[in-house]
Amino acid sequence: MKYVSEFRDPVLARNLARQIAAEADPARQYAFMEFCGGHTHAIFRYGVHDLMPKNLRFVHGPGCPVCVLPVRRLDDAIEVAEKHGAILCAYGDMMRVPGTGRRSLLSARAAGADIRMVYSPLDALALARENPQAQVVFLGIGFETTAPATAMAILQAQAEGLANFSVLCNHVLTPPAIRHVLEAPGIDPEQAVRLDGFLGPSHVSTVIGAHAYAPLVARYGKPVVIAGFEPLDVMQAVLMLIRQVNDGRAQVENQYTRVVTDTGNQKAQGVMAQVFTLRPAFEWRGLGSVPDSAFAIAPEYAAFDAEQRFPISDKASRETKSCECPAILRGVKEPKDCKLFGRACTPETPMGACMVSSEGACAAWYTYRRAEAMGTPAPALEPAQ
Amino acid sequence: MCLAIPARITALHDGAMATVNAGGVTRDVSVALLEAVAVGDYVLLHVGYALHLISEEEARETLRMMAQTGLLQDELAEMAGTSGGQGA
Repeated sequence: MKYVSEFRDPVLARNLARQIAAEADPARQYAFMEFCGGHTHAIFRYGVHDLMPKNLRFVHGPGCPVCVLPVRRLDDAIEVAEKHGAILCAYGDMMRVPGTGRRSLLSARAAGADIRMVYSPLDALALARENPQAQVVFLGIGFETTAPATAMAILQAQAEGLANFSVLCNHVLTPPAIRHVLEAPGIDPEQAVRLDGFLGPSHVSTVIGAHAYAPLVARYGKPVVIAGFEPLDVMQAVLMLIRQVNDGRAQVENQYTRVVTDTGNQKAQGVMAQVFTLRPAFEWRGLGSVPDSAFAIAPEYAAFDAEQRFPISDKASRETKSCECPAILRGVKEPKDCKLFGRACTPETPMGACMVSSEGACAAWYTYRRAEAMGTPAPALEPAQ
Repeated sequence: MCLAIPARITALHDGAMATVNAGGVTRDVSVALLEAVAVGDYVLLHVGYALHLISEEEARETLRMMAQTGLLQDELAEMAGTSGGQGA
């Protein structure tokens, strides 16, 4: 229990660990997917996996927005800046992600493209106001946490008549990705990852609300427990999942009631519904083509759609060779199964997106469990009390 | 970028904008996606937009946990290090 002393309430942590051990049925194997990369990080940082019984494992999910963006869309963004001379605005997490031929936004900028790191689409709007002669393109990525901000920026641009602003829209949705992980289309059932339930994301759920998972749970019979970010939240949510599995129940439960409501932020849902339309399918790194899983800009706002504004060419985009990001994002492989991990691929020289983003599974393994992942024994843990 | 940062509203402005303080970083953000906010309220901030009101205790605990995991430093660096027109 090497990190328990850093928990907000170490006594509660030990009690929860004991409770989990007592209630986990030794005759079962429990596999729970934490969808969100923030949860992956918390689990590793606090050693939550070390507090779990041997027959319980966490499977890392695809909830890292930078990681799931396919190389092709990144190549498109670089093309918009390089070939069409636009000022391309991107979140900091995107800057070092390698595209085809290991070209990144950062290397394109070094080669002369005008690429700016922004914290918010508000920054991109400000750039559009200050540079009326230039085309300013915002690279919109992320789940339901960032999509409302992109939608608001488009509405603001329309209200101000900012004709030089547009968005390259790559926003993706959480429930369709969970559905896809469960259906595992085209994957041999022997190879598919077996899951008993999901830790639902904290911040995505503040936007979409707990009810958003109800159709999934009803259809696939796997429990979802929305969990806060604290390690104690994660442990509490794990206990709730174990109880559902043991009872043969499958329900949406909300451990994070401090923040998440059943209905979410309806204003944010409203602007997303107004500005976006569902793409029939969208390519995700790792998951492949996922139906109804991403937003495009609705026809009424086509004037702000970079895909309409710029002639983006067809290109043969390629993942970095040997990079196991795709299988890791499906939960089928772990970073330690990748031969690049920790050798050719490190946070300083990332070969794949999962090593770039702090929410990526490879970055989390590299930071906290590198020795174990690379085959050297992990340092001894404090004896459990 | 995907994770929200807890922040305290220190001033309200026209156009549903507000100044917030998040872990010592000050920045103007939009509060257009909240029903009603007041100076002193704590919010969850997503890429420049406040999306949820939270309690002071929740804000403090989340900031503490994000700081311990190193996630806070990344988010705050982005928030502080970029502003419209200056790039990175």
